[in-house]
Amino acid sequence: MGFGMSSPGRDAAGSGASDDAASAEETAEKTLPPDARVDLAKEREATGIDGVFDSLDADLVGLTPVKTRIREIAALLLVDRARSKFGLSTSTPNLHMSFTGSPGTGKTTVALRMADMLHRLGYLRRGHLVSVTRDDLVGQYVGHTAPKTKEVLKRAMGGVLFIDEAYYLYRSDNERDYGQESIEILLQVMENHREDLVVILAGYKDRMDSFFASNPGMSSRIAHHIDFPDYTLDELDDIGKLLLKAEGYALTADAKKTFYEYLEHRKEQPRFANARSVRNAIERARLRHASRMMATDQAVGRDELTTLTPEDFLGSRVFTEANTETPTS
Amino acid sequence: MRITQGTFSFLPDLTDAEITAQIQYALDNNWPCSVEFTDDPHPRNVYWDMWGLPMFDLADAAGVLVEVNACRKAKPEYYIRVNAYNASYGKQTVALSYIVQRPTDEPGFRLERQEVKDRQIRYTLHPYAADAPHGRRYNGQQ
Repeated sequence: MGFGMSSPGRDAAGSGASDDAASAEETAEKTLPPDARVDLAKEREATGIDGVFDSLDADLVGLTPVKTRIREIAALLLVDRARSKFGLSTSTPNLHMSFTGSPGTGKTTVALRMADMLHRLGYLRRGHLVSVTRDDLVGQYVGHTAPKTKEVLKRAMGGVLFIDEAYYLYRSDNERDYGQESIEILLQVMENHREDLVVILAGYKDRMDSFFASNPGMSSRIAHHIDFPDYTLDELDDIGKLLLKAEGYALTADAKKTFYEYLEHRKEQPRFANARSVRNAIERARLRHASRMMATDQAVGRDELTTLTPEDFLGSRVFTEANTETPTS
Repeated sequence: MRITQGTFSFLPDLTDAEITAQIQYALDNNWPCSVEFTDDPHPRNVYWDMWGLPMFDLADAAGVLVEVNACRKAKPEYYIRVNAYNASYGKQTVALSYIVQRPTDEPGFRLERQEVKDRQIRYTLHPYAADAPHGRRYNGQQ
């Protein structure tokens, strides 16, 4: 069994397709005369894509290059739709992507938003995200890999296949590793089923670079190599505020200062994972806050329950280690 | 003689677009699909060969159509059908089953009479295709 067979056109997506897809089908039927005008702004509004952008801006701090690229892709797809209304041929654009960046820079979050956005723009029929790692693709014995990979690919069709830590697929030290077989099937599907699914590879920058170096076919089939920059201190601070707001906590003025100092110290220490470290710091501050609450004899009110003070952060290992300057393991 | 088995069998053969729409309908109802094939056209032959395992957790019809096409390529002169299984409690049965490929030439059936005691006659159907052994029926393909 192979994947090299013909696949249904987007117009044949079926009765269960969403309203967006249905309207796309209607517009595809009648070709506009050459002198007609298309209002791109109105088109853009109809897709509801601005809602995705707004939530992207509100929920994700920083990441300017990433957001720019997403806007460019959205513009391309909208223009392609307008072109097809005039009956101009538009080949399906290659939207396979690679997300590289340090841990905790928001690769998975952006991939989720990407699936939603591509669905709204009518590029993907379903817009779901299937997140997999090497374990889900590569088998354990001869003949196990191909069915396993194909099953995952079939599940991802109509949506986005997100391969986290994709460099584990290829093990340069072992020629007979089954990962290679999985990569070959992936390449074939990425080429032949472009309109059925979008593949996003994600991983740390340096290791992804060596992965692409040893798999040039993979690198050339990916049109969008997007690098996620590390967050600056101020951005981390903003992320912390967003997280605290979402959890229903507030900081005192002193605590804000302490939190900033905490980030400064934490950023210098090993195994810093950007937004993920911020989240963990807040989780631990909540623990200390809770035990502080339990230790008090008086009754507590709403303010006490929602306010974090400097001591909730000062109890952290980060401060004690920063003061004594002992290296962490 | 055109075999009529399963859903839609009295309609003209479904196009790929129609098959896709039917698969999508099944998937939208949370019915996992599977592909089966046979070269034994007898209506009582309910056990067709499975083309791979049933496909669970699919969202889009393209995934099933890939398997239908792969099966068509490997078994060009076979009957191929798509089954959709309704696993909900109280149903747990095939909800939709339709033929997506049939041989180019279907010779049909002959009626066989068997004389038994007391001048009784028993009737049975015998597919002409079944005269050839498995794998050599229908234009001798495969």
